[in-house]
Amino acid sequence: MPTDAPADSPLRALGIALCIALVCALVVSVAAVSLRPRYLANLEAERFARLDATLATLGDAIGSIGREDIEPRVVRLDDGSYDDGVDPDLYDAVAATRDPDRSIALPADRDTAGIGRRANHAVIYLARRDDGSPRLVILPVVGTGYQSALRGYLAMDGDGNEILALRFYEQGETPGLGSRIQEPDWEALWQGKQAYADDGSVGITVGGTGRRGDPFHVDGISGATRTTRGVNGLVRFWLGELGFGPYLRRLRRGEA
Amino acid sequence: MAGARFRTLVTPLIGENPVTLQILGICSALAVTTSLDTALVMSIAVTCVLALSGFLVSLVRRQLPRSIRIIVQITIIASLVIVVDLVLKAYLFEIGKRLSVFVGLIVTNCIVLGRAEGFAMHHRPLDSLLDGVGNGLGYGLVLMIVGAVRELLGQGSLFGVQLFLPAELGGAFEPLHLMLLPPSAFFIIAVIIWWIRRRRPEQVESPEFRAPVAGTETPR
Repeated sequence: MPTDAPADSPLRALGIALCIALVCALVVSVAAVSLRPRYLANLEAERFARLDATLATLGDAIGSIGREDIEPRVVRLDDGSYDDGVDPDLYDAVAATRDPDRSIALPADRDTAGIGRRANHAVIYLARRDDGSPRLVILPVVGTGYQSALRGYLAMDGDGNEILALRFYEQGETPGLGSRIQEPDWEALWQGKQAYADDGSVGITVGGTGRRGDPFHVDGISGATRTTRGVNGLVRFWLGELGFGPYLRRLRRGEA
Repeated sequence: MAGARFRTLVTPLIGENPVTLQILGICSALAVTTSLDTALVMSIAVTCVLALSGFLVSLVRRQLPRSIRIIVQITIIASLVIVVDLVLKAYLFEIGKRLSVFVGLIVTNCIVLGRAEGFAMHHRPLDSLLDGVGNGLGYGLVLMIVGAVRELLGQGSLFGVQLFLPAELGGAFEPLHLMLLPPSAFFIIAVIIWWIRRRRPEQVESPEFRAPVAGTETPR
């Protein structure tokens, strides 16, 4: 044992603690940085898998549809028009959300999804019927649950009102409770729900009181109150005026 | 010497199994054993962390001031667990997702800190490595048995390969849904402990408390 300092002197303890902390930090950082590309590729693959799964389940509702049938389009969220000046394949929603020039800060009282900022553009997927009318749209949605970010797709009928499916491809909620938003039983509750009331306001609610079979209500998950509340806020935000509200209004009027 | 090393490796399998003798690591044994593949990946992850943490703690054991030894051990263990978690996310994404928080919770697995503090702090690095592998295998053995029973009776499959056709698909097998719930792991581990202790009575603990029988109380 080195004898330059007494065995348990505070200085020595501090020095050794620092050395070990540095080595550990280095190992963790190297691992994190070197493995990140693979992790991101896995996330990307899962996103496509969820998109495919979303499409596959829609097959029962409206006939078979594959990824080749849908076309990515960029939508200006402010007025709901298409922006063909942006390439949907290269558009990075995460980076745009951070960029003050390409996103807006959300006022806290209207930010029911709990996302803080919202990008000005969004990439949606659109499928058309043979006569050119919209058959369905798939909208990316993001929000905050109980303890994690929720990312998923909301699939809506081409009429801009009927919900076909809500599928989350990324969540870190409590296993067995909030994570049940990814289970088929709960996902199945969404099919056929109505998004908007007759006066055009967002009509759908998740959790809370409501009766089974109500087209404007989806049952919450017992034991996951805050996840349910998060999904409610997320869906109502993205259907609302700051989300895809203007775009879906265009769809309902047959302008998209 | 080789014999002693071999004993270090194999005694934790049954003789001093961390789960059945010391009753450690039960939480994760309940959580990840609904199927064999998660149990296997978890066993490998814990074995890697145990082996490497034992080796590293033993490597620095002479330099470690006593006052900060626990926190340094935890730092080393936590770093290893983060690396394991990252590797799973990069290479075994699906299974890593099903293991969810329980990979991160290896940090709080008493077996890991117990071996670091109880063995690696006063044994040489190579012995500590073998002790870690042995305890990891002992832990893994219990996990695999529990996982096999739960997956077979709960889903009629092993490693995801359907062996019995469940009744809802027209087969004769009625899945035992209790097996997919955490309490079933308690029952299975209890049966394993009972079986081992019946064959090895020396493992039976003496009771900590015996109800006094009238007239036989010893004065204190």
